[in-house]
Amino acid sequence: MSRPDPAHTHDPARRLAPARVLDVDPLLADPKTRIVVCCGSGGVGKTTTAAALGLRAAERGRKVVVLTIDPARRLAQSMGIDSLDNTPRRVKGIDDSAGGELHAMMLDMKRTFDEIVEAHADGERAAAILGNPFYQSLSAGFAGTQEYMAMEKLGQLRARDEWDLIVVDTPPSRSALDFLDAPKRLGSFLDGRLIRLLTAPAKLGGRAGMKFLNAGMSMMTGTLGKLLGGQLLKDVQTFVSAMDTTFGGFRTRADATYKLLQAPGTAFLVVAAPERDALREAAYFVERLAAEDMPLAGLVLNRVHGSGADGLSAERALAAAENLEEPGIVDQEGGKEGLRNSPDVYDSSDSPTPERPARASAPASDGGSPAEDADDIEDTLDTADTADTADAERSIDQLTAGLLRLHAERMQLLSREQRTRDRFTALHPEVAVTEVAALPGDVHDLAGLRDIGDRLAANERELPDPAEEPDLPEASA
Amino acid sequence: MSRLQVVSGKGGTGKTTVAAALALALATEGKRTLLVEVEGRQGIAQLFETEALPYEERKIAVAPGGGEVYALAIDPELALLDYLQMFYKLGGAGRALKKLGAIDFATTIAPGLRDVLLTGKACEAVRRKERSGRFTYDYVVMDAPPTGRITRFLNVNDEVAGLAKIGPIHNQAQAVMRVLKSPETAVHLVTLLEEMPVQETVDGIAELRSARLPVGRIIVNMVRPEMLDAADLELLRSVPRSTVAKSLSSAGLGGARRGGHAERLVDPLLTQAEEYAERYRLEHDQRAVLAELGLPLHELPLFAEGMDLAGLYELARELREQGVS
Repeated sequence: MSRPDPAHTHDPARRLAPARVLDVDPLLADPKTRIVVCCGSGGVGKTTTAAALGLRAAERGRKVVVLTIDPARRLAQSMGIDSLDNTPRRVKGIDDSAGGELHAMMLDMKRTFDEIVEAHADGERAAAILGNPFYQSLSAGFAGTQEYMAMEKLGQLRARDEWDLIVVDTPPSRSALDFLDAPKRLGSFLDGRLIRLLTAPAKLGGRAGMKFLNAGMSMMTGTLGKLLGGQLLKDVQTFVSAMDTTFGGFRTRADATYKLLQAPGTAFLVVAAPERDALREAAYFVERLAAEDMPLAGLVLNRVHGSGADGLSAERALAAAENLEEPGIVDQEGGKEGLRNSPDVYDSSDSPTPERPARASAPASDGGSPAEDADDIEDTLDTADTADTADAERSIDQLTAGLLRLHAERMQLLSREQRTRDRFTALHPEVAVTEVAALPGDVHDLAGLRDIGDRLAANERELPDPAEEPDLPEASA
Repeated sequence: MSRLQVVSGKGGTGKTTVAAALALALATEGKRTLLVEVEGRQGIAQLFETEALPYEERKIAVAPGGGEVYALAIDPELALLDYLQMFYKLGGAGRALKKLGAIDFATTIAPGLRDVLLTGKACEAVRRKERSGRFTYDYVVMDAPPTGRITRFLNVNDEVAGLAKIGPIHNQAQAVMRVLKSPETAVHLVTLLEEMPVQETVDGIAELRSARLPVGRIIVNMVRPEMLDAADLELLRSVPRSTVAKSLSSAGLGGARRGGHAERLVDPLLTQAEEYAERYRLEHDQRAVLAELGLPLHELPLFAEGMDLAGLYELARELREQGVS
């Protein structure tokens, strides 16, 4: 395998290192980059990624507009775009010392559609279209309208040429591919044969050879009319002919947007989480972008987990937790809830008192455990009376066991994420990847976005250095 | 118990999984349920590890105690053709319409119409009876569109009223609404203990209620196990590092002395615990938000290794134990 980028050689510890590391800073800094599209399946952090990239670029001196589709309420509020007025608003509170600006807007699908109508029809005709019940149903509900309008808005923002970088979030479709398909579908639909037929009688009535078609039409319109009620069909016909004459084919517009996406200066970032389904979608999308000649910059792998103690395996952590919870009894399923305060365990022993400190025998049973090494460390519990000390030690041990179980869970998560990631990398070694370490909570302020931006730009997450791996003693049990 | 159980939820919350588990749970003790898919994703087939479902009711699972689960993926185009056939005996003309694109037109361009066809099919299954007089299905469970669209989807009457003021579609919409707004129907919402899905659930319930659609239960899915409880987290705030180091050491993880193996584990483990504590607080807050809605609340565990058929039966058992069926 010959990989042009030497970056993959830096990390021999990985079974399958990514062929290339995605470096977002040069991408954002390059004045030739004019559009960044963040796409991926729902729930992987597309919106947050788009906002974080926009903020980072703006704080590095670019004049940026971020087009978000469906941001979390508090994130929108933090950027001052919680009101739906469908125009970009300047975001306050960013570091503009490099001369950059950040603008943001939230897409209002219906408003965008209305604006197209208003821009292309005179007042009276526009009012007729906007009031048409068929239009109202189409503009609010057609599957794909949101995707189409997002692309439409992107085209508009680009045409205004007020910003030197546009970052676009894509709609939360059930599939990442919907966003590429929908504009064409809507475009071809509105330009389609049936619509032409429906509006044909008015336009082509006189022409020879249309008689047959018209006969077919009247049968069909008759049936549809019966089914839907005649009014609907009339509404559709009025609507389509009004749309048709007022502004050019939808297909033309869809095609123009499509070309814009293929143009140099556009960069696609596929966003995913290290989970099976999200990465499967990401792989589909990568293949699809290649098939459509769309420029893919790389994969943003969000919410990747790490651990500062990854030298301690899940198995050892669990074994140690069991040692702490019930020395000598390792066959307890059901976690600590079942073990804690469990009278059965004590009843079976000789001890008459359930207060007997469970830990007392632990160092002895471990046979020369290094616990005694700790003597020189100040023990804050020394001053307590012995009963309290025993209790305290037990709850400390339970806490420590909890910490170890938590760690075991983390390590299992890590290896699952690694497996899913490796599968993707094996299939698509050509795709540059950047990993973003997981945050425990949601992001809803600029500081949080800045933090995500830093994580995005950090070329690689901190990996375990094999040289520093703690060489823990073998389990004594 | 309502015979039409509609399951919705924000994308990514696992509503298809919950709908399937509910269909299994309701099918115990010899009952028969129909699991209906309306969005053409073939999620049910994937979950039950079978080939893609046709537009036809077929048995896909047997529940403990001899119950049966049937499944149906409703295709709006075929449903419309069925419908035309039923009312107009169209025959070949129906195929001609399809060829012309008229069916595609009617079902995609007028979303309200498509929704009437989908909900209409489900309502028909709810009302259908055998010759013996018993209902064909004891329960119909619908894997419905996501929370953001559920009210529009179910409120077909309003949607269609603007489009078809008379005619059979109009009448069909009326009939469907009678079922959907009755106690025969319950709409359940699936959520996660995260901010956005919970917010969407709150908004969705307000919308459903204002449209007078019957809201059923809230099902919190993929709940992570409690690794540290409130007492542990309290103790965590005051515990000296050295004490934790000693405890780790006593568990056989090396020396507790500064620089010892056990001692070096303390910081990373405490960091992980702090992250856990933050998530614990967030989840606690979201639980409180959900509790305020005053609806029956259920929790289903996360299957860390991913969902499979065994997991599905496990969830069904869990739902039964929580009294959902």
